[in-house]
Amino acid sequence: MRVSFEVNGEQVTADDVWAGESLLYVLRERLGLPGSKNACEQGECGSCTVYLDCVTACSCMVAAGQAEGRSVRTVEGLAEGGAAGADPALAHVQEAFVAAGAVQCGFCTPGLLVQTDDLIEQTVGRGGGVPEDAEIREHLAGNLCRCTGYEKIIDAVRTAAERTLAERSEVAR
Amino acid sequence: MATDIRTTASTTGGTTTRTPASAPTSTPAGTPTRSPADSAPLSSTTRDGLGASPRRPDGTLKVTGAFAYSSDMWLEDMLWGTTLRSPHPHARIRGIDTTAALRLPGVYAVLTHEDVPGEKRYGLEFTDQPVLAYDKVRYKGEAVAIIAADHPETGRRAAERIVVDYEVLPPVSDVTAAAFDADSPLVHEAGSLPVHEEYNQSGNVVRHQPIRTGAFAEGADIEELRARADVVVSGEYEVGMQDQAFLGPESGMAVPAEDGGVDLYIATQWLHVDQRQIAPCLGLPADKVRLTLAGVGGAFGAREDLSMQIHACMLALRTGKPVKFVYNREESFYGHVHRHPAKMAYEHGAMSDGTLVYATAQVVLDGGAYASATPAVVGVASSLGLGPYEIPNARMDAYGVYTTNPPCGAMRGFGAVQACFGYESQMDRLAEELGMHPVDLRVKNAMSQGSHIITGQEIDSPLPMAEMLLRAKDTAQPVARRDLADPADVRTLPGGTANTSHGEGVVRGVGYGVGLKNLCYSEGFDDYSTARVRLEVIGGEPSVLVHTAAAEVGQGLVTVKGQIAREELGVERVTIHPSDTRVGSSGSSSASRQSYMTGGAVQRACQAVRSQVFALARARSLVAAGRPDGDLALVGGKVVSELDGALAELGDLLGDEAVEATEEFHHRPTEPLDPTRGQGDSHTQFGMCVHRAVVDVDVELGLVKVVEMTAVQDVGRILHPQQLIGQIEGATTQGIGLALMEEIQVKDSVIRNPSFTDYLIPTILDTPPMRIDVLERPDPAAPYGLRGAGEPATLSSTPAVVAAIRDATGRALTHAPVRPEDIVGIVVPD
Repeated sequence: MRVSFEVNGEQVTADDVWAGESLLYVLRERLGLPGSKNACEQGECGSCTVYLDCVTACSCMVAAGQAEGRSVRTVEGLAEGGAAGADPALAHVQEAFVAAGAVQCGFCTPGLLVQTDDLIEQTVGRGGGVPEDAEIREHLAGNLCRCTGYEKIIDAVRTAAERTLAERSEVAR
Repeated sequence: MATDIRTTASTTGGTTTRTPASAPTSTPAGTPTRSPADSAPLSSTTRDGLGASPRRPDGTLKVTGAFAYSSDMWLEDMLWGTTLRSPHPHARIRGIDTTAALRLPGVYAVLTHEDVPGEKRYGLEFTDQPVLAYDKVRYKGEAVAIIAADHPETGRRAAERIVVDYEVLPPVSDVTAAAFDADSPLVHEAGSLPVHEEYNQSGNVVRHQPIRTGAFAEGADIEELRARADVVVSGEYEVGMQDQAFLGPESGMAVPAEDGGVDLYIATQWLHVDQRQIAPCLGLPADKVRLTLAGVGGAFGAREDLSMQIHACMLALRTGKPVKFVYNREESFYGHVHRHPAKMAYEHGAMSDGTLVYATAQVVLDGGAYASATPAVVGVASSLGLGPYEIPNARMDAYGVYTTNPPCGAMRGFGAVQACFGYESQMDRLAEELGMHPVDLRVKNAMSQGSHIITGQEIDSPLPMAEMLLRAKDTAQPVARRDLADPADVRTLPGGTANTSHGEGVVRGVGYGVGLKNLCYSEGFDDYSTARVRLEVIGGEPSVLVHTAAAEVGQGLVTVKGQIAREELGVERVTIHPSDTRVGSSGSSSASRQSYMTGGAVQRACQAVRSQVFALARARSLVAAGRPDGDLALVGGKVVSELDGALAELGDLLGDEAVEATEEFHHRPTEPLDPTRGQGDSHTQFGMCVHRAVVDVDVELGLVKVVEMTAVQDVGRILHPQQLIGQIEGATTQGIGLALMEEIQVKDSVIRNPSFTDYLIPTILDTPPMRIDVLERPDPAAPYGLRGAGEPATLSSTPAVVAAIRDATGRALTHAPVRPEDIVGIVVPD
């Protein structure tokens, strides 16, 4: 079948998609967007987290056909301008994860970045403050990381939220 | 000097910019369009040398989704590999019919053991594992046939059409019976295995390592020693089968080459040991099997053994097309070895003041169907199996055993992790018996520099164990429940937002653990690493290219290699070449060894480059007569003399010339253990971590919330503070997992929970805040005085958490992981 939807602001079409293929498979194998990761493919680890319209979802649990006509945003679309350029500008969440040492093997990172972006949108983005640790933990509870022990991830989330808050306060002024 | 990283380390490095590609840029035909070459070069132009925390050179790629992991490889005409696996743990194969599978459109090849071009078996140490099963399958999930197809779903459908005629045999599931019952069926037919006399092999026993010291070495029996002790405690303990649970599944791509060879892009821990095993099975010389490291999504030991490597190469060579394999999570549980489950029996005798008189232990490790790293695991479990305590009379027997259970091999801290749960549980039991604080008992018997472990080996570098224990004990306690801002906030309670408790039935407990781990390879293995370092001027700027075959698995070796090059050569711009087999072996990314071994090799190669630069400067008469090399240095892109100041800009001195050196670094030799009394200097370095765990336990529901973990570790010298802390935090968390939730459930040799739905690893909610306290007591034998740091925290974390639960509940808790029914005292039938 043919599936058409929007990814990171661009309209895309995939042909010859089998009915059983997931959105994750189509992104990775048919659309050249391997950033979303295939760690468990059963919705337990969060490594394939993407925005489907404006809600985060495990793209391994979404049948490709369900994305028809909808809007998807992946880790490749987090930074303004996407990752197509040779030297992409990093979004606050991306910069904070690298700087804090929240990235080791990095396989969980794309999903965590999307889920963190969502947390910041739901807090700072709606006029709230930097989320507390307990709130960060609840929001990221569906994203497994095997390398870091999560401490540096929490540091990174806090930093990214602080920078986003500072930036938006600046703009508001 | 002690450094409390948590309060003193800066968390960010300088800025990093990606420089234009200066690594090899030619793209041979058939190179995957998403290959590791896309992830490289890993360039960094920070000033940061050792002791700073520069950013990982692969960090930007990893946060943008552009880093090419092994499962991301893609070529236009590639095929997908699929594996047909045995549904039975133990069965004879009477026939395999692939006809129907081959008829399916989209299928390009279906191969069985008959198609293996060379050797039919491979293995890390014992060549006992079939490339594809023949005659017999020995575990559920063993590979029987492989398929190349145009789509993974085509491959799965083809696999369903392969008919295998099995004669099902009873599984050999009980490790104790397999080891000690004379009439137990043999997993491997007598005479079919390589003989290693030093391992005391017999029946299903892969290795038995006895150790006898003091009175036990003179033949004393246990009653004699019991009579000398005021207090005797004994106990039996079990550690379950833990999974490494790396997030990036087994995957890779093989590309057939025009010379009849094959190029393999693969996530592994040791490229050259893969090559050494793959080439003979393909019937090819090693130089026709070229490996390049693809992005690795974690390892933790699970990538020491081969998984799909030979299969992908066979299919690529047969079809003439690139073949990519990607295991899914369930297949991954069958696709790699696990941590050996252990059954352990310990006895300790002590005087009333706590002084240990003797200790005995029997440790039985279930190795499953194939040997993998089992002999080395036995070597560690025996030599370190009584822990870092002064014990004048010791008797240890460690066994590694074949069964038809899932194969077990390397996982972070192997052998030492299992034993640590045993001996630390015993120390707590003894402390309780004596009415002593568990830390005081440990301090009383603590080893230190100059102590001898039970193999007779002297610990000849600093081991500040007593100090570490006291630091852990003296660290401020976390806030008591009643003093929390909102003690009724369910997020602070066991059970969390499941809302299982509002605080009633919740009891706090505190526990301690300490473990001793060997670092680098042991027992006479010639352990070495190779590095090639090239210094040249690119775009007017001196630049260094570091080329090794070492596997970056997430730990941050890529960062450390660059730091060492900057430190030694005084050059800011360093490029890390992709790891491949075009340079000599770096050994495995295992045993906490890469900073030591590959770090040592990079240091050596840099020193050789530096000497050549000095020689060049002398040849140009830039160095005053009589100035030794010791007076010269490379700093800030210049050759400088301590007495004469700057002598030359590197750019001017080198011109178009490149200076290159390839060096090997070997650690000091070690010895095998003798097969009767287990004596010998088998290890090159020791690492230690101490943990204090604080837990809240819902004693009615059996739920645990770890409130805080404190870790004290001596690392000799800190190379990269941020990455170091990341290692200790990650290792601590894997230990928490083993204490509380991680166990592959095996019944009748069948895995019952091969998924992340049923095999649980700690989430961010299960993982507490941590205090990490790092000591730097240099090891004079090691490069920069460093100690391998990846594993020690994996040992002590588990017993500390279990001890804390014992403290809260008063229950014995002899099984790791602790299950809810153990906490509330319910016996659950099988």
